Amino acid sequence: MTVAERVTGAQAMVRALEELDAQVVFGIPGGAILPAYDPLFDSKRLRHILVRHEQGAGHAATGYAQATGRVGVCMATSGPGATNLVTPIADAYMDSVPLVAITGQVPSSAIGTDAFQEADICGITMPITKHNFLVQNPGEIGRTLAEAFHIAATGRPGPVLVDIPKDLLQAQTEFSWPVELNLPGYRPAAKPHGKQVREAARLMVEAKRPVLYVGGGVLKARAAAELRRLAEVSGIPVVTTLMARGAFPDSHPQHMGMPGMHGTVSAVAALQRSDLLIALGARFDDRVTGKLSTFAPGAAVVHADIDPAEISKNRLADVPIVGDVREVIADLVVALEAEHEAGRKGDYAAWWKQCNGWKKTYPLGYDEHEDGTLVPQYVIDRLGKIAGSDTVIVAGVGQHQMWASQFISYENPYTWINSGGLGTMGFAVPAAMGAKVGRPDALVWAVDGDGCFQMTNQELTTCAIEGIPIKVAVINNGSLGMVRQWQTLFYEGRYSNTDLKAGRSQYLPDFVMLAEAMGCVGLRCESAADVDATIEKAMAVNDAPVVVDFVVGKDAMVWPMVAAGTSNDDIKIARETAPDFDYEMGEVVDETEGGRE
Amino acid sequence: MKRRVDVSRHTLSVLVENKPGVLARVSALFSRRGFNIDSLAVGPTEHSDVSRMTIVVNVEDLPLEQVTKQLNKLVNVLKVVELESESAIQRELLLVKVKADQAIRTQVLEIVQVFRAKVVDVATDAVTIEVTGTADKLDAFIRVLEPYGIRELVQSGVVAVGRGARSITDRTLRSVERTA
Repeated sequence: MTVAERVTGAQAMVRALEELDAQVVFGIPGGAILPAYDPLFDSKRLRHILVRHEQGAGHAATGYAQATGRVGVCMATSGPGATNLVTPIADAYMDSVPLVAITGQVPSSAIGTDAFQEADICGITMPITKHNFLVQNPGEIGRTLAEAFHIAATGRPGPVLVDIPKDLLQAQTEFSWPVELNLPGYRPAAKPHGKQVREAARLMVEAKRPVLYVGGGVLKARAAAELRRLAEVSGIPVVTTLMARGAFPDSHPQHMGMPGMHGTVSAVAALQRSDLLIALGARFDDRVTGKLSTFAPGAAVVHADIDPAEISKNRLADVPIVGDVREVIADLVVALEAEHEAGRKGDYAAWWKQCNGWKKTYPLGYDEHEDGTLVPQYVIDRLGKIAGSDTVIVAGVGQHQMWASQFISYENPYTWINSGGLGTMGFAVPAAMGAKVGRPDALVWAVDGDGCFQMTNQELTTCAIEGIPIKVAVINNGSLGMVRQWQTLFYEGRYSNTDLKAGRSQYLPDFVMLAEAMGCVGLRCESAADVDATIEKAMAVNDAPVVVDFVVGKDAMVWPMVAAGTSNDDIKIARETAPDFDYEMGEVVDETEGGRE
Repeated sequence: MKRRVDVSRHTLSVLVENKPGVLARVSALFSRRGFNIDSLAVGPTEHSDVSRMTIVVNVEDLPLEQVTKQLNKLVNVLKVVELESESAIQRELLLVKVKADQAIRTQVLEIVQVFRAKVVDVATDAVTIEVTGTADKLDAFIRVLEPYGIRELVQSGVVAVGRGARSITDRTLRSVERTA
């Protein structure tokens, strides 16, 4: 039997976070949350990392959660502190990240009076949280935090906000642990339905052109090993979405690459020509499907997801499977082996010829720049090779993000962290900081753009002070590169407000000096010949954060590309250059069947 | 005040925890996901910790599946049941203030009787009438009164309950009592 202790609400909060094994809290104090910071000061089991902006706290908690699979925790005061968390909360919601955000609120008696630093953060975050709580009395603080952690981490993970009025933190109350959760309306999905799994296995052996369409849910479910087994038992080609990079080794012969707007031709073609998609923890996002009505037109769909609302949301599922995707995959392997024992095995030989033809004919690539400027893809390619496949790569949003997803080979799960759903510029530096805190022994490289970097680089000061030696490769093309690419392609090259230098010095700001001002080591690289040596120099620094300013040409573009709103069938591999999906197939058919009809 | 009975109108009974902000969560969900609400009524149930919402939505079958799935994802939502019109009793309440001076009062009162409505307030030149019924009945009632001059009209949302002995609250309430 637990004995209740007399404590303040603030002490109850800190004790609950300790009991929940939160370990790390990223935050900034302020008026309404101030009572909580007093007992936090004494906690031996919680490390508080004082960030420079609440947005940094939120993304750091996300990076921590994505790197470790644990719940990330961030904390802010009321009003502007809380509203600065809105972007990272929305980001975590879109990418299903287990995040708990704790905010101070004005005292209960002042709520609704437009008090100083009052904002209705529960109202504001209602559509971007899995759930949120406004704590009503100090005795509920411990249980509410336990519920928040439970909701954030179970089922489809997501952000949960806990708003605590200041007077509750100051009030006397009792603390006892463990607590009993009171969530009668929260029932995350149970075990997958055996009949549905067997039906899926039956379709898999009957299909001629199946594809395993793997989404971020596979990483959330920690199912990479199970996925590999399913892929190898079934012999089916695999594509991994932007959120699933690393869930299946890039070097594996069955890997067709990343599908979607900037996916490989082989992955996009495989989906378009498939007769059976086995979607695992994926949500048929518009960036993957292109124009939905023309997506994989000949495919039946098996859709496994822990969130029933994802199934048939965008694309009607023929075989829906609701459940934890790790269990689904494990059950699928068993069901598939039963099919094989009964003498029913998929024959995908012709399909593999076609798939391998696409892979061989349309590999990813890039051109040298005519003006001799440094090629960003080359920098990222070299970074991946020199850093090695155990390195955690954290990207911002834009061209550099796509190149980092394309030209770095991901061999292990949780080595790729990015903002997929919300596309939050400025994600990389704070998220890399969080990832490094969660996995201090891992090498963590942020790959950032100069636009992104200027949004959140102040967290490098946090890294320097707190001893979080991340490395940042700024792919500095002096412009908002992805927007510029769209202006090149769709706005006749009218570069409205995408030039970040606007004719001023190329070194405005000077990222090397900026890095050094924040207590980091700053390096610069402007030619291909220096890329390897600069990366190695950065790798040799282990006691401080490092920023490398890679000054690259601004005209490089991300290819392949499916223009927004168009069909995947209209993918381009360069400007006005389309691949021929049927090219290899024609050859194969010629060889095996003596010509097409 | 035109209303059609059409196939895309669905009546959902939603049992929710009786907590602050639940109505906001439900209505925010509808607006964010672009679902149209025809009417929404909320009130207590036989259990003090549970409220019941009756929501009439105007969506086709597939989006309806999304509506119920999204509602079920709300942590404070305990249960979502669609009530089919043939197997449920649906009622709305209407209060209407109609011009009725000496000359026409008798005619108005006759209409009140025909519709089994009730006069709840009388003034020298107007009466206020209360009537309950299905949407169709209330529409008809309003149409008949319109020529006399409707001065003010207020209407509740639909409330609905399934026919027969079965209760949608039994099991839900048990689970709430267990955890409370």
